[in-house]
Amino acid sequence: MTAYHAAGYTFHSLKELLAKATPARSGDYLAGVAAENDRERVAAQLVLADVPLARFLEEQLIPYESDEVTRLIVDSHDADAFAPVADLTVGDFRNWLLRYETDAGTLAELSPGLTPEMVAAVSKIMRNQDLILVASKCRVVTRFRNTLGQWGRLAIRLQPNHPTDDPAGIGASILDGLLYGCGDAVIGINPATDSVDAVIRLVTMLDELIQRYQIPTQSCILAHVTTQMAAIERGAPIDLTFQSIAGTEAANASFGVNLNLLDEALHATRALNRGTVGDNVMYFETGQGSCLSAEAHHGVDQQTLEARAYAVARRFEPLLVNTVVGFIGPEYLYDGKQIIRAGLEDHFCGKLLGLPMGCDVCYTNHAEADQDDMDNLLTLLAAAGCNYFMGVPGADDVMLNYQSTSFHDSHYLRQLFDLRPAPEFEEWLESMHVVNEENHLLPIGEQHKLLGVVEPH
Amino acid sequence: MSANLPAKPAPVTLDPWSPLRAGTGARIALGRAGGSLPTHEWLDFKSAHAAARDAVHNVFSADELAGEIAKLGMQTLVVGSAAPDRATFLQRPDLGRRLDPPSQQLLEAFVPPTERPELAIVVSDGLSALAAHTQAAPLLAELLPKLSNDGWRLAPIVVARFGRVALQDQVGSLLGARVSLTLIGERPGLGSPDSLGAYLVYDPKPGNTDAQRNCVSNIRPEGLPIRAAAETIHYLLTEARHRQLSGVQLKDQRVLA
Repeated sequence: MTAYHAAGYTFHSLKELLAKATPARSGDYLAGVAAENDRERVAAQLVLADVPLARFLEEQLIPYESDEVTRLIVDSHDADAFAPVADLTVGDFRNWLLRYETDAGTLAELSPGLTPEMVAAVSKIMRNQDLILVASKCRVVTRFRNTLGQWGRLAIRLQPNHPTDDPAGIGASILDGLLYGCGDAVIGINPATDSVDAVIRLVTMLDELIQRYQIPTQSCILAHVTTQMAAIERGAPIDLTFQSIAGTEAANASFGVNLNLLDEALHATRALNRGTVGDNVMYFETGQGSCLSAEAHHGVDQQTLEARAYAVARRFEPLLVNTVVGFIGPEYLYDGKQIIRAGLEDHFCGKLLGLPMGCDVCYTNHAEADQDDMDNLLTLLAAAGCNYFMGVPGADDVMLNYQSTSFHDSHYLRQLFDLRPAPEFEEWLESMHVVNEENHLLPIGEQHKLLGVVEPH
Repeated sequence: MSANLPAKPAPVTLDPWSPLRAGTGARIALGRAGGSLPTHEWLDFKSAHAAARDAVHNVFSADELAGEIAKLGMQTLVVGSAAPDRATFLQRPDLGRRLDPPSQQLLEAFVPPTERPELAIVVSDGLSALAAHTQAAPLLAELLPKLSNDGWRLAPIVVARFGRVALQDQVGSLLGARVSLTLIGERPGLGSPDSLGAYLVYDPKPGNTDAQRNCVSNIRPEGLPIRAAAETIHYLLTEARHRQLSGVQLKDQRVLA
């Protein structure tokens, strides 16, 4: 291990250097890895800017022998793809990313040559506008029953959660979302109970709805991966398989998953062959702080660990990946400023690593944040080309007890940036007279076809 | 009014599916101004968020709550966690899980009566001082007579400022109790600023994990009402005492019985 020195500070390892170069956030203080003050932080950033990118291939933050995520990162590294930036330092990599010449094609070709640690490192010396500009150059397109992530498109996950999984309550929220033009990313329910029966019941309900109205979208029940696999074995109509993942083997173990298990899930889901325009069948959620929360952080800062989770995600060619940025609470991201910074970092790192990144722009009531902060992050991420956001009725998730983004929020962004839904879904919305060609919502009459989604009591 | 003037368009487009609100607490059929949230619905949301924020940040009057508990015939001890203020408490959950030095000395100096107490009860603000102030004393008023009937020997009730759930391990261990019960303000939701949680652990000692605790949550009139909550807590305490365990091995089996 090399020690790094600058301006009277010594950083004993790459791991320590990365942690101390990280913009301030409560989770790194809680873990005891943050810089002591702003001067030490900037000193670390100055040193980090001079570290060659190739150094990250030589010095692992978490040993290869003891962590399968490290092994995945090292073993899947593509040296040919890395070649264009192989001689650069972290600081010059930032400059290279910002060049006019570096475009979507360049970045897509580079992606398999980048490791999460390289991407995390460069993000730490980038200001917010850099994170936005470079991410906006990336295009990551995925397909299942529709096409997500194209230029000028913005998709929404319809999240119709209910505290007791009541079908009528869930149905009412789905109807609300569809009539507000949302649901192209996925109609995804967080079930109140993690049981095979509950998954089968809910996913069957969504499958019937999607078939009945010929909606070009996909469904997902966000239970544990093993619960969904058991449902597949029992013949359930599963479109996407979901799992929360993290950036270390130990943290994933605390979630009850490993790479082999996710491989099995990928193959079991693909074997159902339910996609019509593509076979991206996995949906992952992540979030800074999950490794620390599982006491599985190995002294690595939470943002670098989050980027490592994206290495796990990209192996499985997911349809959707989103960071749930403000859900974990103020002990990891204290206020609006920290949540906004983390959201931009996560989106940037995921996109650079080739993931179809979305974001659950959200906060809890004990965080120092409010709707204005969420509006800021939502707007910045839309400018950065984020693939999708959440759509929760009135932004108030009555099952998970946190505030996310609303169906209305999607129309704010659609107007502001002239963004349209996924092309297949847009066509369906127009055919159902939900939106017009200008992407404006149409008045809904009492006889509208979709009002039959929920049978009257 | 001239018949030739066109009618002014209404600024808000209403949603004809508002009757479906009866089936869910979700904020559906809010209507729209263009594609945005109408003024009234926006301010209604703000009002719910304000209530939740105030629940987190309201000053916790530990002495006042201790006074109410004393009226139920209980001895009380007021303590503080190692978190010195609300902002630190929110960012350092580890500090909320242990006592500050004077509080630790206070409990160490406590000499139990001839027999070791069986149950140590901790009441804390946690993430909603409002919940602790609103629900804790009425819940204890329901629960204490049941415990007294069953012959539980209770330690003085500890009222703790800036506490987290696991504070029950240190408190229970210092008081020499076999079981520790914490009543604590839960993280407020938008519609539930005053929700109390109850957590119990058999053999409280520092280092216990959350898998060793049982939880009864959402205690408030619109959620799990006080009387039902007291019955559930009483049931779990009785089982924990009888089977000498708690946590994942102790499930509420009353529905199955």
